[in-house]
Amino acid sequence: MSGSKPEPRGWRDLPLSALPYKLSLEYKTGDWRALRPVIDQSKCVKCLMCWLFCPEMAILWDGKQVSVNLDYCKGCGICAHECPVKAIKMIPEPTE
Amino acid sequence: MIFFSKKSKPKIPLEKQKLMTVNGDEAVAYAVKQCYVDVVAAYPITPQTIIVEKYSEFVADGEVHTEFIPVESEHSAMSACVGAAAAGARAFTATAANGLALMWEILYIAASLRLPIVLAVVNRALSAPINIHCDHSDAMGMRDSGWIQIFAENVQEAYDTTIQAFKIAEKALLPVAVNLDGFFLSHTLENIYMLPDDAVYEFLGGPRKVAKTYVDYLGKEVEAKLDPANPLSFGPLDLYDYYFEHKMHQVEAMKEAKKIVKEVHDEYAELSGRSYGDGILVPYEVEDADVIVTVLGSTGGTVRWVVKKLRQKGYKVGTVRIRLFRPFPFEELREILKGAKVVGVMDRAISFGSFGPSFLEVNTALYDLKEKPLLVNYVYGLGGRDVPPDLVEKMFMELLEDAKKGVVENKLRFLGVRE
Ligand code: SF4
Ligand code: SF4
Repeated sequence: MSGSKPEPRGWRDLPLSALPYKLSLEYKTGDWRALRPVIDQSKCVKCLMCWLFCPEMAILWDGKQVSVNLDYCKGCGICAHECPVKAIKMIPEPTE
Repeated sequence: MIFFSKKSKPKIPLEKQKLMTVNGDEAVAYAVKQCYVDVVAAYPITPQTIIVEKYSEFVADGEVHTEFIPVESEHSAMSACVGAAAAGARAFTATAANGLALMWEILYIAASLRLPIVLAVVNRALSAPINIHCDHSDAMGMRDSGWIQIFAENVQEAYDTTIQAFKIAEKALLPVAVNLDGFFLSHTLENIYMLPDDAVYEFLGGPRKVAKTYVDYLGKEVEAKLDPANPLSFGPLDLYDYYFEHKMHQVEAMKEAKKIVKEVHDEYAELSGRSYGDGILVPYEVEDADVIVTVLGSTGGTVRWVVKKLRQKGYKVGTVRIRLFRPFPFEELREILKGAKVVGVMDRAISFGSFGPSFLEVNTALYDLKEKPLLVNYVYGLGGRDVPPDLVEKMFMELLEDAKKGVVENKLRFLGVRE
């Protein structure tokens, strides 16, 4: 096997079985989401409960406010459930 | 059957090998001890327990450098082996029956990640009802998981095959299951020859060497293992875009594996003087046989003994023991069976609603022939039910009768069950 090959690749051009040839960060796992969290920053008390409970580590904290990385948020709603001040609302994704 | 080489003297002549009286489980433990294994993770389950007991003695006495992980279940045992093997270790575990069933999920992961783990399966019936005796339904449950599966006939072969298994696994980059019949082999004492430690060390080429693979984002070829200097993820997401391609790796690796099993077997034969057919099939009196019976595991010896007796009476019968079950040796088996009038397939397991698992394979092997032998499936010995020679003889007599008639009415028969 030699250097970089273009996508899509045939099986002979992949590394040993089940090892990825690209970084797993390139696998966007948010694309099957049905609901998306929307944070009301005026209500948020920055307790970071949402950050703690998100199973996808999709809540981002920049030191000032929380936001959602929608590339990886799967829309489970755990953050909305856990938020003590109900600052997170789950709204439906547009279905075209 | 063991063939002691007559042609050339083995590299380690018998007088240099140690004659030991051990049971099958101990034989496996001694083999693993000689294989320079880094990690053994296991949970005790009858009839495998002696392997783990014996091996933990070696660990406690400081006779091996192995890290022994006494896990709380077989699911964890296989998981620990996966982790260890992914970190580059040579890993071993052993199980039976329901323990193997509990490993099921991780068996697939071990094979898909191409981790050369060795597993001793001490064949035992699956519950319910609870039964601790010999049966191949456990091994057949892991049939499609991507593991190489080898069946030993006796204690000597269980020892020899365990050593071969590490070399096969590391060459093929696939995990290997060494099957030995519960109680018939695991708890039965036999005199066996053991190689000197350094001969095994040399045979395996020392400790495990990890295979290399090219990784794009690192821009170089690295060892396929968990290594902070060259970080890799094992077992991440791989959806409809690449999963199928990755499965092709396993398909291809299995094709290669048959050759590797043969090569390693031959190399071991030169070293020890012991060989088992060509390493994948062990035929006996098949050349001109009208009736040939296929069999797996320890029953092979009984069947061969009956064949010998029937031959003396002038019956044209033969047998072939299937040593390698996965990958299945279709072409090789077809070559052996094609001249027979009737083939009887013995299965110590059944796929409910279908036939015995090896019957399906033998059927597939023969289907393309223009003139096919008639095929009969004999399910026998479930839950450790005894298989005495007169029962095997009764089977041969039925098959000879089928050969005379030229038709088979009842394709699925049960040997030794009370009506
Ligand atoms: S919806 Fe679920 S995945 Fe998305 S940010 Fe909230 S907790 Fe995380
Ligand atoms: S849990 Fe609610 S209040 Fe706390 S940081 Fe998250 S959004 Fe803000």
